[in-house]
Amino acid sequence: MLLIDCPHCGPRAQEEFGYDRTLDSLVRIEDAPDAAMAALYARANPRGEDDEIWRHTFGCRGWMVLRRDRVSHAILSVRPLGPEALP
Amino acid sequence: MTGPAARLTRPLVRFRFDGRAYEARAGDTLAAALLANGVTLVARSFKYHRPRGIMAAGVEEPSALVTVGTGGRREPNTRATDVIVYDGLEAFSQNAWPSLDLDLGAVNGWLARLIPAGFYYKTFFGPPRRWMIYERFIRKAAGLGAPPVEPDPDGFAHRAAFCDLLVVGAGPAGLAAALAAAEAGQRVMLVEQDARVGGALLRDPVTIDGMAGVPWAEAAAQRIRMAGGRVLLRATANGYWDGNLVTVVERLAEPGQAPGASRLAQRLWKVRCGRVLLATGAIERPLAFAGNDRPGVMLSQAVRGYVRRFGVVPGRRAVIATSHDDGYRTAFALAEAGAEVVAVLDGRATPEGDLVERARARFPVFAAARPIATRTSGHRLAGVTAEVAGRTQAFAADLLAMAGGQTPVVHLHKQAGGELDWDEVTQAFVPGPSRQGQRSLGAAAGRSVLAAILAEAWEAGGGAARDFAVEDPCGPAQPAAAAVIPARLPGKAFVDFQNDVTLDDIDLAWREGYRSVEHLKRYTTLGMATDQGKTSNMAALARLAQAQGVAIPQAGLTTFRPPYTPTTLGAFAGPAVGDHAGPVRRLRLHAAHEALGAIWLPSGYWFRPRAYPQPGETPGEASLREARMVRSRVGLVDVSTLATFEIAGPDAAALLERVCATTVGRLAVGRGRYTFMLREDGLVFDDGTVWRIAEERFLLTSSTGGADRMAQHLSYVRNVLAPDLRVSVVNLQEHHCAAALAGPRATAVLERLTGDAAPLHMHCHRTAIAGTAVLVLAASYSGERAFEVYAPGDRIAAVWAALLAAAQEAGGGAYGLDAMDHLRVEKGHVVVGAEVDGRGTPADLGLGGMVRKAGGFVGWQGLQRPVLADPAGRRHLVGVESLAGPLPEGAMLVGRAGDEPQGHVTTAAPRVAGEGWIGLALLRDGASRHGETLHAWSATRGLDVPVRIGPPLFYDPEGARYRD
Repeated sequence: MLLIDCPHCGPRAQEEFGYDRTLDSLVRIEDAPDAAMAALYARANPRGEDDEIWRHTFGCRGWMVLRRDRVSHAILSVRPLGPEALP
Repeated sequence: MTGPAARLTRPLVRFRFDGRAYEARAGDTLAAALLANGVTLVARSFKYHRPRGIMAAGVEEPSALVTVGTGGRREPNTRATDVIVYDGLEAFSQNAWPSLDLDLGAVNGWLARLIPAGFYYKTFFGPPRRWMIYERFIRKAAGLGAPPVEPDPDGFAHRAAFCDLLVVGAGPAGLAAALAAAEAGQRVMLVEQDARVGGALLRDPVTIDGMAGVPWAEAAAQRIRMAGGRVLLRATANGYWDGNLVTVVERLAEPGQAPGASRLAQRLWKVRCGRVLLATGAIERPLAFAGNDRPGVMLSQAVRGYVRRFGVVPGRRAVIATSHDDGYRTAFALAEAGAEVVAVLDGRATPEGDLVERARARFPVFAAARPIATRTSGHRLAGVTAEVAGRTQAFAADLLAMAGGQTPVVHLHKQAGGELDWDEVTQAFVPGPSRQGQRSLGAAAGRSVLAAILAEAWEAGGGAARDFAVEDPCGPAQPAAAAVIPARLPGKAFVDFQNDVTLDDIDLAWREGYRSVEHLKRYTTLGMATDQGKTSNMAALARLAQAQGVAIPQAGLTTFRPPYTPTTLGAFAGPAVGDHAGPVRRLRLHAAHEALGAIWLPSGYWFRPRAYPQPGETPGEASLREARMVRSRVGLVDVSTLATFEIAGPDAAALLERVCATTVGRLAVGRGRYTFMLREDGLVFDDGTVWRIAEERFLLTSSTGGADRMAQHLSYVRNVLAPDLRVSVVNLQEHHCAAALAGPRATAVLERLTGDAAPLHMHCHRTAIAGTAVLVLAASYSGERAFEVYAPGDRIAAVWAALLAAAQEAGGGAYGLDAMDHLRVEKGHVVVGAEVDGRGTPADLGLGGMVRKAGGFVGWQGLQRPVLADPAGRRHLVGVESLAGPLPEGAMLVGRAGDEPQGHVTTAAPRVAGEGWIGLALLRDGASRHGETLHAWSATRGLDVPVRIGPPLFYDPEGARYRD
């Protein structure tokens, strides 16, 4: 089970988190229909590293992006998402 | 003191096997106790029902599976070698009928030629009907123990732990490592699956630093505890997961045993570790020869363990078959205990060395010798036929000890993502590079010399480099050379003893074209039994490599999956059973509903009033009466569970525009509107109402069942899609409660209580009831004039009481969810979970006209997809009217019973206004099929009701009743 370093709470067990989607499948409201459907249904799904959106659902409820290696399961980085992450 | 003499000093314990009473000694495993009583026939094999005895002494035991315990504590398929006998233990043999001794299933052994490897796959060919017949026999004949029928009376706990160092295995390596770490001040956990510490020290009389092995081990464990370390016995590290998380199943009671004061049978530890040292030892390999599964044929180290640890001598005349020096140790152990060693069959052409020479002085030792067949008398071993330097020789013997090499236990190392290296000398996979914080020690790392193992383990634990003085009467152990599998063998030479897979089966699979080890495994079922091939996988791989003409590492390896040993399901479930399987959410007004005689309807984790039957009324009669009360007078219903969110801030409207597919941003203050939300693929997932309480403050309600999902969705949109909006979202579901007042007299009741004019339909205002500030939303779900009254949770009781009293005075009362359902069906209002099933577009549900044309909300892009934009061929919401009696909910809509379904009845209800049954349905192209007659057909319930399709609206089509 992954140990995820929540940007707000520190390292916590995976069971406190919910996986949402890969970053490349994020559909922005202003995206054109074709781009939106491609993001939903034609994802890159690389073998190896990818960015994933997770939420610390049973913790601070904050959103974050994990850079994760799907082969080794190593978490390379965690960065927060949301208003607090705005410049 | 070890051996048979020491045995008699341990207390007596009584147990039963297949109904017969026996005596054991405290500390015996069930296997040791059975052997001590001369019980050698313990089980019948899985496929051929061959008589089987005890082969091993540890968790790798493939043959001696028994059922232990009775009633809810019955534990099937328990290895007799992995149960510590307690007073009153009851064990039963499995897979035998009518008895273990006379098992009619053994006829399968004669039919072996008809049921070779993969025979059941072959039964798949031909007509399916034939398989249905085969299946009955296959399932009956192939068998393990039966699971318990009654619930388990005992508790299972989950516990989280953290440590700097987890050591798995309390043999010499594990103890040395854990001791070094504990005394260096680290937080240490040492887990051992056995009931005692010591590992190999329990079977080999060595001394360490001048102390006998077993006392050294016990003293080390004591010192670890005194240094603050935690030592768990009967605790199996059964899985190594990501992030250095190791799960450990600790047995607090033996299988079938009533637990002590804690009432816990097992505890599942989830241990998050800094480092993990795997001192999991090695498993001995059996040899392949005809009849190698007979009771009396055992693993050599197991024999030594029974003699030295338990004082049980499993045979009087023993043959040792070995491929390396370790087998000689067993010869000496048996001789010490008074058994006769009739032959040592050494597979090597020229065995040499001090130990071999000493053995030659005492026993007949044969070089280039191997067993080729066994002879039985009754159900146990009577003789061994060996090939000695090319000639055949027979020996009378009741025990054959096999030493075919060592397989390091690399399971956890592999589960942790580690790689394996191939060791040519021992013909074994040993741990290679690690991925996580794990390192293997001792026999698990392929090591054999104890002094070096201890020194390495001590340093691995964090101790300063030091030497250990080890004295071993048999001299330092040599690497265990593996036995060579002969090219051709007559008879049934078992490889996988538990699934009855022979060398011939592997050869057959090869001939039939199964080349990959993964295919071979599945076709022959090798390694797929409850022991997961602990004693068999290496032999099978060796055979496959032989056939392929490659080295074993090139033949491939199957995956090591958790759990390492079979784990009771209760350990996984832990305390989450029965009433604790899920939380119960009770309404604030639970007591008030109970006082009214409510019957309850589970709704997610909530319990909501279904109806309030009067004496003599059925629930159906009650809900129809309540619905008619609402239509004719007034009713009050608890709607506190609705998802409720307050959305506030300068950009509150902007956030709602993104979430809702309808126009909400231009809502005037004090007004509300029905709305619905789409997923990104364009399908409706929830609906509700949105209200503008103040310029920058909105209230959003949505379905009870979707409340958590909606909270997640709002958070996603707000934080991920629109982080720059100045808006806050607060979930009010548990802060506020609400009661809905509906009916032609609702306005009068509300106005009397508040003294204010009631808000117009889809308007809202603040007022007070029973001295409490409330928010009144005039929304109608029932089709009558209605008001939702929101109050703080801690004040709802007073508000409810006042509303109920006023409603009763006006000839009304409380109504439940069933009545609410009847009312909304008549009005054609959809509900999430029935009509909103995640497969419909707004247009499918008749809501297409409300969709905001400009887009800009989640899901607008999905709606553009041609498959959603074109209504043809889609399922549309329709009304159905029964032409004959009650309408079955969930029934298929068909032209004729048995035809292809064209849709289904999503909700059915009796008419409130009038007689008969109506319902809502989703029907292919339904919007253009009003007036058609179809059948609501339920094959499972044997119901077939003719129905007329129409618009999904049965009552007050103009909506005159809820407008003023």
